Amino acid sequence: MDALKILAEACADVRPAEPDDAPWAARFTAAPADAGEAAALLRAAADLGLAVVPRGGGTRLRWGAPPTRCDLLVDTRRMDRIVEHAAGDLVVTAEAGTPLAVLGAALAEHGQRLSLDGQPPGATVGGAVASGAAGPLRLLYGSPRDLVIGLTIVRADGAVARSGGKVVKNVAGYDLGRLFAGSSGTLGLIVSATFRLHPVPEARAFVSRTFAGPGEAHDAVQRVLHSPAYPAAVECSSAAGHRVDVLLEGVANGVPDRAAAVADLLGGGTVAAGPPSGWAELPAGGTLVHASVPPGSLRDLLAVPLPADAALAWSASGHARVVLPGGTAPGRVADALAALRALGSAVVRDAPPDVRDAVDVWGEIPGLALMRRVKDQFDPDHRLSPGRFAGGI
Amino acid sequence: MGTPLDRLAARFTALLGRDSVIDDPVRLRTYECDGLTTHRASPGLVVLPETAEDVAAVVRDCVAAGVPYVARGSGTGLSGGALPRTDGVLIVTARMRRILEIDIPNQRAVVEPGVINLDVTRAVRPYGYYFAPDPSSQQICSVGGNVAENSGGAHCLKYGFTAHHVLSCEVVTPDGEIVELGEGPGYDLLGVFVGAEGTLGITTKITVRLTRVPETVQTLLAAFTSIEAGGTAVSAIIGAGVVPAAIEMMDALSIEAAEAAVGCGYPEGAAAVLIVELDGPASEVAHQFAEVERLCRDAGAFEVRIAADDAERALIWTGRKSAFAAVGRISPAYLVQDGVIPRTALPRVLARIDALSAASGVRVANVFHAGDGNLHPLVLFDDAEEGAAERAEEVSGAILDLCVEHGGSITGEHGVGVDKARYMPRMFTDTDLDTMQMVRCGFDPAGLCNPGKVFPTPRLCGEVPGVKKGPHPLVAEGKAELF
Ligand SMILES: Cc1cc2nc3c(=O)[nH]c(=O)nc-3n(C[C@H](O)[C@H](O)[C@H](O)COP(=O)(O)OP(=O)(O)OC[C@H]3O[C@@H](n4cnc5c(N)ncnc54)[C@H](O)[C@@H]3O)c2cc1C
Repeated sequence: MDALKILAEACADVRPAEPDDAPWAARFTAAPADAGEAAALLRAAADLGLAVVPRGGGTRLRWGAPPTRCDLLVDTRRMDRIVEHAAGDLVVTAEAGTPLAVLGAALAEHGQRLSLDGQPPGATVGGAVASGAAGPLRLLYGSPRDLVIGLTIVRADGAVARSGGKVVKNVAGYDLGRLFAGSSGTLGLIVSATFRLHPVPEARAFVSRTFAGPGEAHDAVQRVLHSPAYPAAVECSSAAGHRVDVLLEGVANGVPDRAAAVADLLGGGTVAAGPPSGWAELPAGGTLVHASVPPGSLRDLLAVPLPADAALAWSASGHARVVLPGGTAPGRVADALAALRALGSAVVRDAPPDVRDAVDVWGEIPGLALMRRVKDQFDPDHRLSPGRFAGGI
Repeated sequence: MGTPLDRLAARFTALLGRDSVIDDPVRLRTYECDGLTTHRASPGLVVLPETAEDVAAVVRDCVAAGVPYVARGSGTGLSGGALPRTDGVLIVTARMRRILEIDIPNQRAVVEPGVINLDVTRAVRPYGYYFAPDPSSQQICSVGGNVAENSGGAHCLKYGFTAHHVLSCEVVTPDGEIVELGEGPGYDLLGVFVGAEGTLGITTKITVRLTRVPETVQTLLAAFTSIEAGGTAVSAIIGAGVVPAAIEMMDALSIEAAEAAVGCGYPEGAAAVLIVELDGPASEVAHQFAEVERLCRDAGAFEVRIAADDAERALIWTGRKSAFAAVGRISPAYLVQDGVIPRTALPRVLARIDALSAASGVRVANVFHAGDGNLHPLVLFDDAEEGAAERAEEVSGAILDLCVEHGGSITGEHGVGVDKARYMPRMFTDTDLDTMQMVRCGFDPAGLCNPGKVFPTPRLCGEVPGVKKGPHPLVAEGKAELF
């Protein structure tokens, strides 16, 4: 009897891994049907000493370092039920493998949404929480750590644990939802999450203007942020010139007036009902860097020397994304990182292997010793997504 | 050379100076409780550090001596989170009250932990900004306490809790090291530190997010002849996609108390009043406010008052804000409960509380943040009457059971502290609690940082998590091999 049979006793859907399952080599792939099966699977993996890496839609498996070991890939996509949508309470619970698009459609039927954008097609609930990433709406609504109000996980030893709950206001116990948001599968397997929701706004408008210089774009953003416009998102992207886009959401009677006011603040912006091209999107491929750059440093960010074909998108929540096209020499990536790190932290999310090997992917990590100790508690044998995370965690 | 505390007193005196160390029993008693006065313990020693380095040195000495320590801000906590240890050191942040930086371009401010919540708003108001978390205690509570309790206020319905308004914290860890927890790479340790009730370390510097003062604020008071009608109005407002800044509700008994205390002049004959506040861009608010007014009338409001200016708005809020203290006018003693239910369960749960009250003869006044289902039942009793306190305690506990039964929480903002640690198992399994405590073991394996709070039973940090079962039986028996 081999490991595959032992795993099969725990979970009906187990097979040898195939090359398409992940961008790295794995031994087995299992797709548990529910939290119970997932728990049995992780317990069996613990008994067998297997290194376990969770996957959802597979849209961000290339983020972070490849695992140093991957014996068992846990595919969450069969756990795809919307467990409970309490529309009157603006709360939903969904299993980890639920595609965000499916969830979004179900919520939209009730005039509600999960205010988390910028997710690639195919992204799942669990993957979104584990990656912690958010799009332009982060300015007003935050990221997964702010939207998750309850989380159920399976620990490395196969125990099922829950934190938070089904109500938005709740301070009972530690908030593991915030700890797991962005933890990249290194602390446990997320099996379901409960989110707070918002009503779909009745109306929205995008106000845009392109500025010639970094200083002008910077000043325009400052004027909008310090105005009473209450934007849902403020973006600045650099390609041909520096384009500032402001998203306003609200009631049909109010949004046009606010859009006009913001157009004035931009010194003559154009107003559109739909998103401008490239909204919340960046070119794929190459090296993707996430940097934290607060609004007061936008001018400096826009002045960072980047290769001509690089793309940069900044959100007023203080997060910038930079894509350096494939083929950019590792030395130039390192230069860009150094310039970004002079403004805040910067992390390489995805990069070709030669770049990844040549640059400091994470930069300085304040609190790393504490992080290691928390990791050691949750995963003493370092079997969960080993090596994927900051500091080699 | 005396007890460990005597030795620490000498060390701290050398380190911080004589007037920063309190060991006189009479003065120590000033610190014997926080806002929850039913739990009292005189601290072994009190220190009043002025810098992060001082705090770190104190913590290191405590750890070296194996002496527990507890942080205290303004001592307004309502769950006994800052309850001292008679065998320990109380670290009070009252001398760390500087606002270090106001950074308007980045919409943030950097403050020391002892800074009073409202002082942050006062300092940034001239720039058109404020600090959004607004606990009712905001004139006296500290930002460090807000961080520890993840405090909220009436306006967190729209703006969220302290966790959403803290960008980073400088923390003295239980090792006595100073680290910055924030948005850098790696785990969101800040996210779990906020709301950990002072059990993961002491914050010595906090970077808070500042919020733009809204263009307009509009407030109305709607009076109903039944609490159900008020509940219906709340559901209708939320159901219409309106996100008010606040929706507060009071029942007849709490209105009576507020009337007796501050003469707030709420409509006569109201079995419930609702305060609804909208804020934001003027054009939006005007439109939605009309809708809210209509929804209140549709739900049966017999009177709707609209505040014409700030003075009238303050008047509407006076009754609500005085409600806790006002109950003292109609009852010699009372317990403040803090539970949460899904908003839609409001009518059912209130009916059950009514029934509980009727069956036990214990009066319950209800004041709550109706928008997010956060109940603050005030359980009234006469402390001169034998057994009354126990009966009140029982009713209060039964209300928490109702909250949990309806899918809610045992605390929405006051925290677990010492008060509710015993109720945690009603909401969480042993495994849930054990898992939360893994974080604590990571931060504080010695368990000296605010011990005995939040969790009913401490986890021994040396333990390997879960049940260690050894290799799979088939492997052990040699019937299976790995790979
Ligand atoms: C009349 C009244 C009304 C209230 N209304 C509200 C309300 O509307 N909403 C609400 O959420 N709360 C409310 N509270 C509760 C209380 O005011 C809040 O919990 C407040 O945040 C506590 O702040 P504090 O400075 O008084 O903290 P303390 O009571 O001194 O301490 C509270 C906890 O924080 C820890 N702590 C303090 N400072 C630090 C630090 N620097 N680092 C780490 N841990 C620390 C303590 O150890 C303790 O566990 C109210 C209290 C009263 C008395």
